[in-house]
Amino acid sequence: MSTLTDAFADSVALVARLDPALLEIVVLSLRVSLTAVLLAAMIGMPLGALLAVARFRGRRSIIVLINTLMGLPPVVVGLLVYLMLSNQGPLGVLQLLYTPGAMIIAQTILITPIIAALARQTIKDLNIEHDEQLRAYGLSAFERAQTLLYEGRVRLATALLAGFGRAIAEVGAVIIVGGNINHVTRTMTTAIALETSRGNLALALALGLILLSMALAINALVLSLRPVRQTAAPLGVRL
Amino acid sequence: MQKSLASVGLTEVAQSAAVLPISASGLRVTRGGRAILDGVDFTLSTAHATTVLLGPNGAGKSVLVRILAGLLNADSGDVTWAGLRPDRRRIRRIGFVFQRPVLLQRTVLENLEYALGLHGIPAEDRATTARQALARAGLEHLAGQPARQLSGGEQQRVALARAVVCNPDVLILDEPTANLDPASTASFERSLQSIRANGTPILLITHDLGQARRLADTVVFMHLGRIREQSPAAEFFAAARSAEARAFVDGEIVV
Repeated sequence: MSTLTDAFADSVALVARLDPALLEIVVLSLRVSLTAVLLAAMIGMPLGALLAVARFRGRRSIIVLINTLMGLPPVVVGLLVYLMLSNQGPLGVLQLLYTPGAMIIAQTILITPIIAALARQTIKDLNIEHDEQLRAYGLSAFERAQTLLYEGRVRLATALLAGFGRAIAEVGAVIIVGGNINHVTRTMTTAIALETSRGNLALALALGLILLSMALAINALVLSLRPVRQTAAPLGVRL
Repeated sequence: MQKSLASVGLTEVAQSAAVLPISASGLRVTRGGRAILDGVDFTLSTAHATTVLLGPNGAGKSVLVRILAGLLNADSGDVTWAGLRPDRRRIRRIGFVFQRPVLLQRTVLENLEYALGLHGIPAEDRATTARQALARAGLEHLAGQPARQLSGGEQQRVALARAVVCNPDVLILDEPTANLDPASTASFERSLQSIRANGTPILLITHDLGQARRLADTVVFMHLGRIREQSPAAEFFAAARSAEARAFVDGEIVV
């Protein structure tokens, strides 16, 4: 029990004095996950919006694919990215394996379906609400998607936060494609896994505390954003 | 985003022809075996100031105006705008106000600026034009307010200002005051009179006989998917020709 208490006290001290090793891991984690969220937003938002407003051949297949990808276990994503980026893989020439770039790719693949699905649901609701008015404006599907993406900006911000929450807390994919290399690809989650196995509970707990704080902050943000629109449909994925 | 839309709209809308007269012939719409429109012929021209479409529920008024505005397709029959088939770009020459205003989640000013952007008004001119339109509607004090947080009456007046900010060829309104209280209705009607005075033809659906008497220059009476009567308002209210119209004017239940 005293070991646990000591570890907790040490972890608080590590956070309080902004331990450089701790900070390095946190900064790398944020850099990887925020970049992944940015890339996933650039793909997932327009994709979700177009799936919501346009009717085209293959639309249902894409929706089924997004559904499937949402359920993919992170380790499977990690394995697929590993196979693509390994020396024998089709993208091996890029030499990205065991770099933050590989982790960004893995996390992007992991969260793009989540952001696309949430964006689709948000835009679909808005499209129903604004349908007649937008038809009266004679908008094309592309113009309609643009308008509704901006209209849904607050709710879409929650989709980004959900994606970030998933990315920052993910361990299975980044440990496979990043390799958990000290000073290079060690993120908060992979470090927690490693330090726990090594018995360095203080660092693991300190990182855990930071992750927990981030999760709390994200949820508080999501909650603070949701009441802005009184008629908002419940946030959820209904593909 | 708005700039790109504006650049698209600028040339195409500027080059587009007017929409009036809007003519419909032989419009038929059937749903569930019931005729919603049963061979409707109708023309709305610049000569009409305020045309009020009257009739009981289910007469086909809302469906008719949506087909005229290019928002719905008829099962059969033809609609032309200034002699040409309706097209997506010219639809912006028609101002439409729906029963329930659906404003964008932006400020009142930005709602009008958005509409101006669609009509190709350069970004630097939009705020001034929008403010002038709000001033004409007596809404300039609401310019910076979030549009969706206004009262129902204010939102509907903003929807009206947005519909006319680009000087449409015609303004079509589908029971715009159905959900408003008498004070808001009076205010809305004043705005409508002012728009009419500026020369914009108006096609208004209403159930409200008092409103029809106050606003109509011409009355079109519909019943069971057909136009039963079209006459000058004074003539219609003094001596409607059809039995259904007389009953409706007398306040009897018309089914």
